[in-house]
Order: sequence, then structure tokens, then C-alpha cells
Amino acid sequence: MSAERSVSAEPEERDVVIEAKDVHVRLGSSHVLRGVDLQVRRGEVVALLGANGSGKSTLVRTLVGVLPPAAGTIRMPDAAHVGYVPQRVSAVGGLPATATEVVASGLLRPGRLRLPRGWRQRVADALGQVGLADRGHDATNHLSGGQQQRVLIARALVRDPDVLVLDEPVAGVDQPSQEQFAATMRHLVERGLTVLVVLHELGELTPLVTRCVVLRHGKVIHDGAPPRPRGEHAEHDHEHLHPHAAEDMVPVGSGESGFAGIEDATAAFTDHPQTTEG
Amino acid sequence: MWADLQLMVTDPLMQRALLAALLVGAAAPVVGTYLVQRRLSLLGDGIGHIALTGVALGWLVGAALGLNPVDVLTVPGAVVLAVIGSVLIEVVRRRGRTSGDLALALMFYGGVAGGVLIIGIAGGTSGNLMAYLFGSISTVSTSDLWLTVVLSLIVLGVGLGLRTALFAVSNDEEFAVASGLPVWLLNMAVAVVSALTVTVAMRVVGLLLVSALMIVPVAVAQQLTHSFRRTMGLAVVVGVLVCVVGLSITYWQNVSPGATIVVLAICVYLLAAAARPLLHHRQAFATHDPHPDLPDDVAVAEPVTVGAGATDESCES
Repeated sequence: MSAERSVSAEPEERDVVIEAKDVHVRLGSSHVLRGVDLQVRRGEVVALLGANGSGKSTLVRTLVGVLPPAAGTIRMPDAAHVGYVPQRVSAVGGLPATATEVVASGLLRPGRLRLPRGWRQRVADALGQVGLADRGHDATNHLSGGQQQRVLIARALVRDPDVLVLDEPVAGVDQPSQEQFAATMRHLVERGLTVLVVLHELGELTPLVTRCVVLRHGKVIHDGAPPRPRGEHAEHDHEHLHPHAAEDMVPVGSGESGFAGIEDATAAFTDHPQTTEG
Repeated sequence: MWADLQLMVTDPLMQRALLAALLVGAAAPVVGTYLVQRRLSLLGDGIGHIALTGVALGWLVGAALGLNPVDVLTVPGAVVLAVIGSVLIEVVRRRGRTSGDLALALMFYGGVAGGVLIIGIAGGTSGNLMAYLFGSISTVSTSDLWLTVVLSLIVLGVGLGLRTALFAVSNDEEFAVASGLPVWLLNMAVAVVSALTVTVAMRVVGLLLVSALMIVPVAVAQQLTHSFRRTMGLAVVVGVLVCVVGLSITYWQNVSPGATIVVLAICVYLLAAAARPLLHHRQAFATHDPHPDLPDDVAVAEPVTVGAGATDESCES
């Protein structure tokens, strides 16, 4: 293709780091994802939003290979350089482990089941990046929820990823950890990291996010610019804990949503926190 | 006393038994650490039940072939059935939640009932099974010893060599899948190694007490440390110690080696549990603030600076 092609809206093939096409996922008897298309290109910070049960977590867990898709295709050309940060689970293993041990387990990859040389330095660096440099020897179950979440982020960062996939990294996390998280992310994005992050609200990450994908009932209903908060929602200290997409919202074509579409999505997304029938 | 010890370690029977106890005492807690980490502490128990059918099957085949002695195939039979059983348990565990629990129960009790039934058909009595249920380390033959050595070394090789990978899978299976690790293979490795440990430990402590040797040393270590690596190391030390000491006691006292070893391990656990508060007391002084990087949630007025020479009592005035 010609040189002009690369600067046009159409992304070049090698820029796509995550691609899902018509992905369906069934969990037991429920059809959680119903034909999701998603593309993440190098350098983007994509926020995946949606109400509880809309399929956000299912989508990222399918993307990283934890869940098998019932139909559709997933393509991650550089899977070895994807760092995954799962939702923090309260019930971890039956034995305590230090933060260093947990982070070190992130250094393993296919074909490397033992720790590489210099692993201690790399683990210490990763812990330093999330502000836990002095916590390496602490048992993770002695850390606060926010600190445990940061350990999981360090475990993904130690892989030296090009793409970071995070599942609700700030859910139920104390404010200092949220700020620390935002600062860490800002630093990483400046260095060129691509991010796909499941969020309940944009919160501290608002300035970083380049594109929002909103899921509802397992389908993408908005894919474009971040919906701007309106009215009282725009106030700096407004806490929007449970956004619910409204039923009357017009599905917006993926990728090139018009300004009106964004405003619609914004209005629906932020102004009418009503419970959907799902 | 010294002469007695000398006599013990030069006794060829005792040498074989001590070597077996040493290896089992080291291998069982290594596997046990992964089982506790995965909250599968009772897996060894289940495999032990299934292995009993293997013992009886080995006996049956030995009797059918007219082998002498008739029990020469019991340990290989236990190895085969334990491996099949543990792989089945792993498959069931992956499949589902509630049905898996019932499937496990079916396998456990089927294993015991099958063992008793088959040993009867083979012309033995359930009394013959006692040596396997409660251990018979004093009858360890040279060929048994070789099998014990080889299997223990496999267990230790896998358990220690793949430590980080097995930790990763046991600690967070989803993350291991996302990292592209061969999770299925690693889970199977844990299952097979558990099965080998059960059959190796069968001669030392017996199938009914195998799980104790895998789990109790880990429970001891867990009281005293909070790093996975150190938990495993300490558990191995405890395992070797109780096995060797317990077996040595039976050289002078006519008591069951398996029971002695397990009772000893539980005594060590109680000691560790008693020592734990003392240890934590010391740590409490070492680290004053558990969350120094968290801002204080309430503002407290700065303490009034008191002049030099003033005492604490001056606050009351």
C-alpha cells in the first residue's frame, strides 16, 4: 500500500495489538457476549465501560485466553508481550506468599518455566514502579486491598509488556492507591504502553483515555470518544459509582461515531442511572 | 546410648528404613505445599483410598501369575492406580464444581471397597491390607527401596525444579493461563507427583496417614513464616526430622512407625502454634506502622511541645 494509507483513518495491520471479531461467549446457560467486535491499536488507551453484568470482564478474560469463545475470532499478534491484571480476588492461595514471589511469577512465559537471571532486580523494579519498593518481603495477605492490587499490576509490568489489560483495577481500592495507580499509568502511557482497561467509571484515568467502548448485554453500544460527563456529573468531586446504560440509547456504529452519537451516549451513560431490566 | 545409635545405623534393615524415611520425609512436604496452596489438603487422602484398590489388584495379578512372594506387585499396582486416580480427580476438578465433589467421594469410597473386595477374590484377607493402610517400613525390601529412591527423586526433581511455575499455577491459575504457561501440563504434574508421593509414603506411614505427612509439616511451617519458599523449606526440614526421629524411636520401642511419625508431627505443630504468638510479639516491635504510606484518616492536634525539663505530668496542669 502507499504511504498515504498509513496516515488515513484505516489503521495499518501491524498497529492492531488486540482484535476481536464477532466474539460470542457462553458461561453455563447464559449467552454473555453476543457478537463483540473490538480493535485496540498501538498507543491507544481504551476504557471498557458498562453496567454490572454487561460482559466487560468476560470480554477481557476471553481476550487473554482464560475463557474460550463459543464463536468468533481473537487475534493478538504479540501475545507474549501482553500483561494481564485480573480482578483482585479476596480468596487467594491457601498459603501466604511474599509480594516478591507473586511478582516473580509474572516473569514466566511459554518455554520459560524457571526464573531468568537477574530476576530479583526486575521484580524490585516492577514493585518500585507501583510504589511498593519496600514491600517486597511482606506477605501479600498482610497488605491493604489497594496494595494487593498494585502487586498484581507489578506482576504484569515485570513482563515488560507492550500491552496492558486490566480488569477493574481500582474497584474497591483506597484513594491513595487510586492516585498512585493513575500516576503509574500516566508514566507508562507516556512511554508508549497500550492499555485496555475495564472500568466502572473513568475517574482518575479520564485524562489518559483515548477511546471508550461501552458494553450492554454483551454487545458494543458505543465505540468512540470518551463520553463527557454532564450536569452535576461534571463536578470534579462527583462520585459516579454505578453507571447504567439507558435502554433507549441508539447503538453507535463502531469506530466512527458522530458527535451527536457521542452526546447521545454521554447523556444515556451518565444522566439516567436507572436499573435496566437485565 | 551412643552404642545403641551405632547399632541402629549399622543394622542393614534399619539403614534401608531410615533412607526411605529420609526421602519420604523430604518429598511429601514439597508436594504438600502445593496441595495446601491449592486448598486441596485432603487430595492425598483421596489418592490413598484409590491406591488401596491398586494394592489389591497387584496382589490379584501376583496370585494369578503364581508369583513368589505373592505381594511383589502390590506397590507397582498402587503406583498405577494412584496415578490414574489422581489424573481422574484433576479432570473432574477442571470440569465442574458441585458434581466434582460427589465424583471425588465416589472415587474415594469405591477405592476402599474395591480394595477389600479384590483382596478377598485374590485369596488374601483384609488383614493383608493392614500393612498398607498403616505402613510396614520394617519390611522394606531392597527392590522396594530402589523404587522408593527413584520415585522420591522424581517427586523432588519436579517439585523443586518447577517450583516457580507450579507456584504460579497454584497461586493464580487464570494469570498462568493468560501468561501462556502450559497450565494443563503443570496441573497434571502436580496430580502425578501427588500420586507418586502417596505410594512412596505408603510403606513408611501407611495409606491412611499419608496425607498427614504431606500436610502437617506445611501447617507447622506456615505458622512460622510467610514466604512460600521458606514455608516449603521449613516443611521439608520438619518432615525429615519427624520421619527420622519417629522411625528411630520404633527401633527401641515396639510402636507403629507411621503413627509415631504422625503424632510427632502433630506435637511439633502444637509447639509451633504455641511459639507463634511470641514470634509475632517480636515482629510487632520490629515494624511499628503496617501502612506507613497511607495518610492518617483523622487529623489529631499536634502534641504541644513542652519545654526542656518538663515532665509528662505537666500535661495535667
